[in-house]
Amino acid sequence: MSTRNLPPVYNKIAQHAVFPEMNHDERARYNFLANLNKHLAHVSQGNKVAFENRVAPQFEKEHGRKMTSTEELKEAISKDSHYQIWSSLRRSTMEMRQQAGRSIVLRQAVELRDKAKNLNKGKDSLILDDNVQVPPYLLACDNHIMPGSYHTELIEGDVTPAANYDTGLFVTTAGLLGRYSDGGGKAIVSWVKKTYPDFNPKRILDIGCGMGHNVLPIAKAFPDAEVIGIDTGAPMLRYAHARAMDLGITNVKFMQMDAAKTSFEDESFDWVQSTMFFHETGGKAIYNIMNEVHRVLKPKGLTLHIEQPQYTDDMSLFEKFIRDWDALYNNEPYWSKMHDIEPVDLMKSSGFKEEDFMQIGAKAENDLDDGSQKADEPEDHGRSPIWNVFGAIKN
Amino acid sequence: MEEKIDYIKLASNKPKGKRPYFHDDPAVERVLNITMAIAGELAVMRERMDSIERLLEKKGVVTREEIETFVPENKEQEEQRQTWHAEYIGRVLRIVQQEQEELENPDKSLEEIANDINEM
Repeated sequence: MSTRNLPPVYNKIAQHAVFPEMNHDERARYNFLANLNKHLAHVSQGNKVAFENRVAPQFEKEHGRKMTSTEELKEAISKDSHYQIWSSLRRSTMEMRQQAGRSIVLRQAVELRDKAKNLNKGKDSLILDDNVQVPPYLLACDNHIMPGSYHTELIEGDVTPAANYDTGLFVTTAGLLGRYSDGGGKAIVSWVKKTYPDFNPKRILDIGCGMGHNVLPIAKAFPDAEVIGIDTGAPMLRYAHARAMDLGITNVKFMQMDAAKTSFEDESFDWVQSTMFFHETGGKAIYNIMNEVHRVLKPKGLTLHIEQPQYTDDMSLFEKFIRDWDALYNNEPYWSKMHDIEPVDLMKSSGFKEEDFMQIGAKAENDLDDGSQKADEPEDHGRSPIWNVFGAIKN
Repeated sequence: MEEKIDYIKLASNKPKGKRPYFHDDPAVERVLNITMAIAGELAVMRERMDSIERLLEKKGVVTREEIETFVPENKEQEEQRQTWHAEYIGRVLRIVQQEQEELENPDKSLEEIANDINEM
């Protein structure tokens, strides 16, 4: 086994009919960026050393006391040269990843649109609705510093936001989500099947499904279930549907809807799922959405939400601070606020009972893992696919 | 809606949300970003060379061993190679050379020169 910790080569990523055409240099550019991301996870370890050896001692010397808040820490560390170079390199890497992805998909925007259109033609399992508005929390900034975010259409029927997202997840996570970037969905399926072997959901809802990468493993695992993925971004849904069609998964519908106000009947789903969704919503929306989850869930129904790791009281100020880096500097701002909400309180406010609340840890199931990724890897805060899952059975 | 889009310009668009700068001088950040982009393109070129070498070997044109052990075979080749390196380094480190020249032979500013010329 290699002691070097190398990301898988980009050409291992799974192809499908709407996956963008990529030339030699475009794949090479992504190989460079995946390696750079992996390298910077190691550079990030220096932040802790810099904090402990010079930032904190300097602060204590100047103030005659220890730091008491992440705000104080942020102010102090922002003057540290190691933190500065790591931060600027990490931001630069994310910008390069977006530039690389967009240069791939935008040059073939029309072709990608037409491929999706052909796969979607005549199917009633893609339901777009012009009346659905993009929620204000998604318009406030471009998430993940993707110019135009999930919703912007540069041409009629555009799918490029989703195509860009699809090509680049592999790069940001250095391949840790697997060939189809579906390691989250696969992990939740395994947990559900193991924990509730008799659970046989007839109807499953995935909220904020994006390009559908995490809902497809669920649809595949429960082929007799009617699965519905909702999102407000039309480009994501067009691409998600075409991708599902090409991958031969036909028991999933994609519908344009705001998760805070769906048109589904009360108590009409056995399982409501979200994956890395809530931290991209907003302070009021999160409660409205959870209310809606409770409303559409059947009695005895299951709801699970894969999210970023929770902050705990025993977590150091430094760890809280560094875990929030992506929130502010990779444009996922609500993530920095969501920590203030205890998932159990969020769920209780919507009518779930405390005794029915559950919280587990989850790790992506990665079909690209050949053992070469196991050597002494530091956690890349905000990127490593190690998550908190919270949820409840509705009683 | 327009079908033809300027993908080169659009690919480098700025995302919504003010860009953070981490260095004391934003100019450092700007240069770093340009440098990293070039570093990326060098890696892309290296990967392309790797493909070419492996294809040449596969097709029996040349072995990778031959490439690995190749050294210039005559004086002319030696000079061509070293000239390339010298030119390349001169290009990359242009600003350092120019700053050194300025140090050795301080110049007037162009505003001063304009005033001088105005009197000529």
